[in-house]
Amino acid sequence: MMDSIREIFDRRDLLYIIAWREIKVKYKQSVMGMLWAVLMPGIIICAGLIVRYAFAMASGRSIELSDLTSVAVKAAPWAFFVSALRFGTNSLISNVNLVTKIYLPRLVFPLAAVFSQLFDFLIAGAVVAMFLLIVGTGVSVHLLWLPLLIGSLIMLASAFAIIFSAASLFFRDVKYIVEVLLTFAIFFTPVFYESSLFGKWAPLLLTNPVSPLLEGISATVILHQSPSLPWLAYSFVFTGVLFALALVMFKKLEPFFAESI
Amino acid sequence: MPMGDNVLEVRDLSKKFRRGEIYGSLRDLLPAVTHRLFRGGSGQELDRRDFWALKDVSFSVRRGEAFGIIGGNGAGKSTTLKLLTGIMRPTKGSIHVAGRVSALIEVSAGFHQDLTGRENIYLNGAILGMTKEEIRRRFDAIVAFSGLEEFIDTPVKRYSSGMYARLGFSVAAHVDPDVLLVDEVLSVGDYLFQRKCIERMNSVIASGATVVFVSHNLRAVANLCLRSLLLERGQVQMIGPTAEAIRTYYKRGQQQRATGADNGDGGVVIMKVAVHDDRGPCVEFESGGKLYITVEARAQSLHDDMSVVIQIVDDHQYPLFDTCTQRLGAGALTLDRDQMLKCTFELDLSLAEGTFHVNAFLHRYVTDKPYDRWLSAATFFVVGTPDVRGIVTLHPRLAECHVSKASDLELAGPIVVRQVAYD
Repeated sequence: MMDSIREIFDRRDLLYIIAWREIKVKYKQSVMGMLWAVLMPGIIICAGLIVRYAFAMASGRSIELSDLTSVAVKAAPWAFFVSALRFGTNSLISNVNLVTKIYLPRLVFPLAAVFSQLFDFLIAGAVVAMFLLIVGTGVSVHLLWLPLLIGSLIMLASAFAIIFSAASLFFRDVKYIVEVLLTFAIFFTPVFYESSLFGKWAPLLLTNPVSPLLEGISATVILHQSPSLPWLAYSFVFTGVLFALALVMFKKLEPFFAESI
Repeated sequence: MPMGDNVLEVRDLSKKFRRGEIYGSLRDLLPAVTHRLFRGGSGQELDRRDFWALKDVSFSVRRGEAFGIIGGNGAGKSTTLKLLTGIMRPTKGSIHVAGRVSALIEVSAGFHQDLTGRENIYLNGAILGMTKEEIRRRFDAIVAFSGLEEFIDTPVKRYSSGMYARLGFSVAAHVDPDVLLVDEVLSVGDYLFQRKCIERMNSVIASGATVVFVSHNLRAVANLCLRSLLLERGQVQMIGPTAEAIRTYYKRGQQQRATGADNGDGGVVIMKVAVHDDRGPCVEFESGGKLYITVEARAQSLHDDMSVVIQIVDDHQYPLFDTCTQRLGAGALTLDRDQMLKCTFELDLSLAEGTFHVNAFLHRYVTDKPYDRWLSAATFFVVGTPDVRGIVTLHPRLAECHVSKASDLELAGPIVVRQVAYD
């Protein structure tokens, strides 16, 4: 595992350039340009607003500003997570040429896919931050949690991307499975709603390792309170273990990539 | 393992491949696994589909040496390179490399169509193992080497295939590795660019790097490598001086022909085609010297009115010259059962440096109906015409060359630049 990390560290320029290639190619010859980065989270936010509005109608409660900001602040990272997994899963297949013809640490492909999505996330994040600034959400010391939460989200996305990219090289239907899972995952993740809505079933929802991270972001940024520590710890441990497993698995399978593609 | 002077040591390298389909999706795999479970898991069926692409190949390469790997299609050359670069893992055996391995294989595989030449240099450089800083330092040299200064900010999808390959090679040629693996890439670009590539490889070798060179261009292998490995069906045929390996390679090709020869009616067969000089068998000839081609044929039944045709072709089977016994005044040849025919042609070698092949035919004298033919029956190299480029030498001499005042010439007056008009 340490070998994998060292190899990637030695070739960090390669990782940077491949990620940069993904970004560059995406924005070249595109009409929308930077709007792409806000499109996905924008759509999710709109969908969230409709859902929140329906909730409000059903419960007879009026919709509040914090509902809106909370959806926004969770939608951007969620959009990042989904597209990182989607690009990550396809990252090895779409680089068949390089995988079969040249030797390079193949781990750079899923990682670069995740990092290239991070660029979009930064833009979307900046837009959300401006929005929060305008509506006057304010800041607090709890914002210090943010780097840790987002870092963990990136690591979790990387772990899944590494696993799925390798799996989809051996089994072509993996990418469809991932696609279906990602489409419906938003129902199992508290993006539009809070897990507390489910009362005693809330823990079930929080076993989704993304949930505590998103709720943590919402809690620290919008509600100015510290996140739920036990669940956050669970997410961190889950992420760490999955990431380690992903590296070990990838290392084991890597020699067979060129033949099985 | 003691490496000593060896930069590269390969021991018992073997690679097994599987013929037929591998399960490409979970949907296919699950039924197959259950099927096998119920049948009691016989592994034999799978074993029969395995074959060895490489079997027990061992060799070592010293520091600063240029080492060639030759062999026909399917001999295992590419598999060997893929194992050396680490793209694949060997089924058995070991590879020890002291230092950084870099490969001039598929040099433009890393290119992205939508990116410009400049961007692709950074991308490909990083893929081949350079850091950003290294690429920045060598950027100008790479561009100059490729000769694509004008197009460096054009997306590579607008490049011609030659420009594409030249850019790829230029990047790859500027990585400095301890061991450089080179595949067919030298067939890139035009004549001048190829020469530049060879020079670059020579300077890489001169700078102390080790080169492993795989090619069908035996001339280039012979030029570059002192020692070579001859592979056949995944096994080592010989390791030794390149000239000897090439001779063995061609000899083995001829043996294969002799056992399985049947192009005409089979009644008369060309048994042997050999090139030699006046001293004996030889594959390398001085330009301007003499070349002898001996053809031997044998008949199993009566064949009359025959003539022997020899044809000299280049690497792409383009005919350069032919002659036959009939045109040289031998008349109709007749060969009865168990008779041998032997004829030797003497040729003045007005060929320029290069690799040439001999095709031999047995024709019916009148109708030109072929009895037997043998394409690329022998191969020879011509060396030693540095002042001539091309295929043939027309024995140039400088008859006149001097400088004088313009008014002395008939063309006195202002120089008119000829213009080509484009509509």
